Amino acid sequence: MPAPSASLKARGSALASPAEQVRLLESEAAITRFDDTIAGAGLDPLRATGIQVFQINVGKLCNQTCRHCHVDAGPDRSEMMSRETAEACMAALAATEIPMVDITGGAPELNPCFRYLVEDSRRLGRRVTDRCNLSVLLLPAQSDLAGFLARHGVEIVASLPSVASSQTDAQRGGGVFGKSIEALKRLNAIGYGREGSGLVLTLVTNPVGAFLPPAQRAQEAHFRECLFREHGIVFNSLRTITNMPISRFLEFLLETGNYEGYMHRLLDAFNPAAVSGVMCQYTISVGWDGRLYDCDFNQMLDLPIAYGAPAHIRAFDPRDLRTHRIRTGNHCYGCTAGAGSSCGGATT
Amino acid sequence: MDTYYHPKDLAHFADLGKGNPGLWEKFMAYYGAVFAGGALSEREKALIALAVAHAVQCPYCIDAYTQACLEKGSNLEEMTEAVHVTCAIRGGASLAHGVQMRNVATKISM
Repeated sequence: MPAPSASLKARGSALASPAEQVRLLESEAAITRFDDTIAGAGLDPLRATGIQVFQINVGKLCNQTCRHCHVDAGPDRSEMMSRETAEACMAALAATEIPMVDITGGAPELNPCFRYLVEDSRRLGRRVTDRCNLSVLLLPAQSDLAGFLARHGVEIVASLPSVASSQTDAQRGGGVFGKSIEALKRLNAIGYGREGSGLVLTLVTNPVGAFLPPAQRAQEAHFRECLFREHGIVFNSLRTITNMPISRFLEFLLETGNYEGYMHRLLDAFNPAAVSGVMCQYTISVGWDGRLYDCDFNQMLDLPIAYGAPAHIRAFDPRDLRTHRIRTGNHCYGCTAGAGSSCGGATT
Repeated sequence: MDTYYHPKDLAHFADLGKGNPGLWEKFMAYYGAVFAGGALSEREKALIALAVAHAVQCPYCIDAYTQACLEKGSNLEEMTEAVHVTCAIRGGASLAHGVQMRNVATKISM
């Protein structure tokens, strides 16, 4: 199956609808409901443990159309956070002591508000993470991006699924591996990933297919050896993230006949120990339109934060987000399988 | 039964323990210890298992260790090279036995 060149939405796919995705995920009779599984493990209901990460998804515009994208992002998407909503985010952040701002997309750097969010978050004394697809650094209009990120001490969390070009290009598009390597070399050249520079470069790898990720520590060692030997590239750490059975990865699963097998793989690998580290417990996720979610995956499934917690950034009140109940569904098996998975990598 | 091999049968591997739980438990403990990281990494051991699976031509093992190799972080190029190792050793073993052929032929020939 060739990689899609357009988003689900642009292709008019039924899976562009979050409601259709939820219907599929919740109607699989052979899959025990996630809520029943965590109840059986004595972990129900899942609750927040205090917000440590203020994650802002600034929109769906991206210069790539990755085959596994849970956002259905791409060059054909126009949903973007406005300056007004960005300012509301910063006003909300200022009223808290949340230490980390995590900016994601799409390619978040393509939003005109991105640099404002970085500068204001740093002015407030918060750490900032940019979830970067690497190739964006090579766009002519972004020639000063790496320098901007370095000047503000932004941690770069960069996607690189594999040290093999065939696997990376199969997931992220033809030629992306070469661009990613070039971008990593440029980041190393200005100090990112180098000991003592204070500029943190973290790599993220997702499996290139319907299987679970490798053990994080072993894969980090493998990447470190291969990237240095073959390209002279260094980095600080690597995170493994499981592919969520939603959006374009769900399309891949359905079209290749892997959906049922993958869901059973996630269910069979359910790990109660992985539940305690999942990101929804310490993250608030803000959508491009200012709506609030427990995580970026719930955001893409249009499952807003619930159970009495504030629904929009303009109603943000950190007092209501200390121990609020988290909204869950069968997609949550993606974060609790094996060693667990979150934006921060393995959870165990 | 319309075929001797069925993919779903792999999930019933543990049923072998019903005949003799003691031996099964010993085997599984040994199996788990063999595949744990040691002087060789789990990733390297999975690649060896994949190569051996092709040598013994076990479809269950090929299925399981293809998935295991991917989940340990190997890629298709590495896995293909592992299968070529199988091929080289199997083919080489046939050729090496050619020495016996030559010994016999030499002995009885003029």
